[in-house]
Amino acid sequence: MDPASLVTILDSALRLSIPLLAACLAGLWSERAGVVDIGLEGKMLVAAFAAAAAAHASNSAWIGLLGGIGAAIAFALVHGFASISQRGNQIVSGVAINMLAAGLTAIVGNAWYGQGGRTPPLEGPQRFGEVFLGHSALVYLALLAVPVTWFVLARTRFGLRLRAVGENPAAVDTAGISVSGLRYAAVIIGGVLCGLAGTYLAVAQSAGFLPNMTAGKGFIALAALIFAKWRAWPALGACFLFGLLDAISIRLQGIVLPVIGEVPVQAIQALPYLMTVILLAGVIGRATPPRAAGIPYVKER
Amino acid sequence: MSAPIDLPRWADTVLVPAVSVVAAFLVAGLVVLGIGENPLTATRLLLQGSLGTGEGLGFTLFYMTDFMFVGLAVAVAYHAGLFNIGGEGQATLAGLGIALTVNNLTFLPGFLLAPLGILGAAAFGAAWAAVPGYLQAKRGSHIVITTIMFNWLASVLIVYLLVNVLRQPQSMNPETPEFPAQSHIPFMHDVLALVGIQIPPSQLNLSIVLAFAACFAVWLLIYRSRLGYAIRVVGSNPTAAIYAGISPARVIVIAMVISGALAGGLAVNELMGYQHRLLLEFTAGYGFVGIAVALMGRAHPAGIVLASLLFGILYQGGAELAFEQPAITRDMVIVIGGIIILFAGALDGLFRRLVARVLARPALARA
Repeated sequence: MDPASLVTILDSALRLSIPLLAACLAGLWSERAGVVDIGLEGKMLVAAFAAAAAAHASNSAWIGLLGGIGAAIAFALVHGFASISQRGNQIVSGVAINMLAAGLTAIVGNAWYGQGGRTPPLEGPQRFGEVFLGHSALVYLALLAVPVTWFVLARTRFGLRLRAVGENPAAVDTAGISVSGLRYAAVIIGGVLCGLAGTYLAVAQSAGFLPNMTAGKGFIALAALIFAKWRAWPALGACFLFGLLDAISIRLQGIVLPVIGEVPVQAIQALPYLMTVILLAGVIGRATPPRAAGIPYVKER
Repeated sequence: MSAPIDLPRWADTVLVPAVSVVAAFLVAGLVVLGIGENPLTATRLLLQGSLGTGEGLGFTLFYMTDFMFVGLAVAVAYHAGLFNIGGEGQATLAGLGIALTVNNLTFLPGFLLAPLGILGAAAFGAAWAAVPGYLQAKRGSHIVITTIMFNWLASVLIVYLLVNVLRQPQSMNPETPEFPAQSHIPFMHDVLALVGIQIPPSQLNLSIVLAFAACFAVWLLIYRSRLGYAIRVVGSNPTAAIYAGISPARVIVIAMVISGALAGGLAVNELMGYQHRLLLEFTAGYGFVGIAVALMGRAHPAGIVLASLLFGILYQGGAELAFEQPAITRDMVIVIGGIIILFAGALDGLFRRLVARVLARPALARA
């Protein structure tokens, strides 16, 4: 393989890993605070739709980003209300978020634009253009979120408290700090990052929203989160790895390799899921989630 | 839940789900209003399309069959304290099981081939659920995550097999050759015509009888058998189960096997009863609707029958509605499903507290 095509593959791997990265960090914030989030997919999808609609209406990609973030936060708050305030089942709530997002974006998109759920194509200032090395501003925002996430969680008082809430909420409560407040903060930060991920899909990578355009990316992000063992820098690595697999599978389509023959694209597509299952089974290493993840916090009476 | 909310049994099993479903429909009505249509007209069209004609009713019952199977699948796992969201993947694999069985044993007569096809569905569905069950029981991998991953693995696998291996040689479509005619599960209109009863033709087939039998069998299993008792003990308190000499690991795997086999019923109804071939995406998200059905039906077979009927009405009525009022697409059903999952599942406590408060009021007045 010549260097030029290697650069092309790495470049498209970066592009493909950005939505995964933003969604993965969203999951990281939420789960580190003890709120399991399998609704990443749904939040990305509403964000993608809202971003495309807002960008189209306002003629500005940045307003689109605000729209995307706003929609994702709204859904994140529904999840927060169910799992934090109402102490409901976080998995059930996540499933509901995913279904609501899939249904609502299709219905509203169809009612507003009448193009089978698509938004009108975005052009010019309605999209994020290339700002540096052929990538849009959102790529750098998502990459920047990695050190910021690491720094805040590892080095600040807020971050330490937030992680403590995910491990031992009772201890945090005893110290007089609001468990729900911290969890809501984490869920909202997750909404912002999902908003970024969805906006990137519809307003930077593509020129508009397509029904179900997330196509499982939220679940790959979830897999990457487990793969990264709920840590920020490894999340970057895992998302880039899964982006690279995606790029390679697109590249290898229909190409016959020596010795191996034609590699079925599906084999490469299956790898992230397969690797996650194997990792979770503890065959290679162990992935341990935050201790209080998924458990509603109940004050002693 | 901080304070266990004490409710009379009838309120717990009937009133709370009913209140959350009514609330879900009110929200759905708001969505319909929001896109500028009249919810009352929509409801009338929906009911007319699903129950108003014989043909519509047939289709409603066909969809109901799908939802009974996936609802039961979710419910059995739920009783064991497991959240099986892998119904989609298990049904997909069950479809593969059917295709491999009936298309390779074409020489068999129908009375052998059709049951073998059903067994193939159950076995493949069960196997696809058994692996996450085993990993949960023995390696502690979270069943929710593994079943999600297995859904995606199933969809990738089926694409590969249909495109590269199982596709009919001269066909461009990624689907298998048609199943041999003797393996088809007969349509209800054909069966009833034999005894002289004429009903309008629809997709409804004899699988619905199997679905009702499965409901009864699950009721027997969960509430009237030793194994069912063990499943419920493990579901409510695994530590107590160990003291009682029940092995939670064994029960978890068994519950998942049963759950996966039941999810296979979806493939039986859709493929052996209607499509008569294996094709891509025949599960159409029904596996997720099964979660709504199970939550709404309180994981009890009788509740699941009612919830399945409701979703059958929504699916068939939704299709007719989309025809009459193009602004309201069939995705409305997904929205309603999502709201029901949210209200009857995640926000259960909210509605229970609400019902408890309303019920407590007359008691307070008397005191």
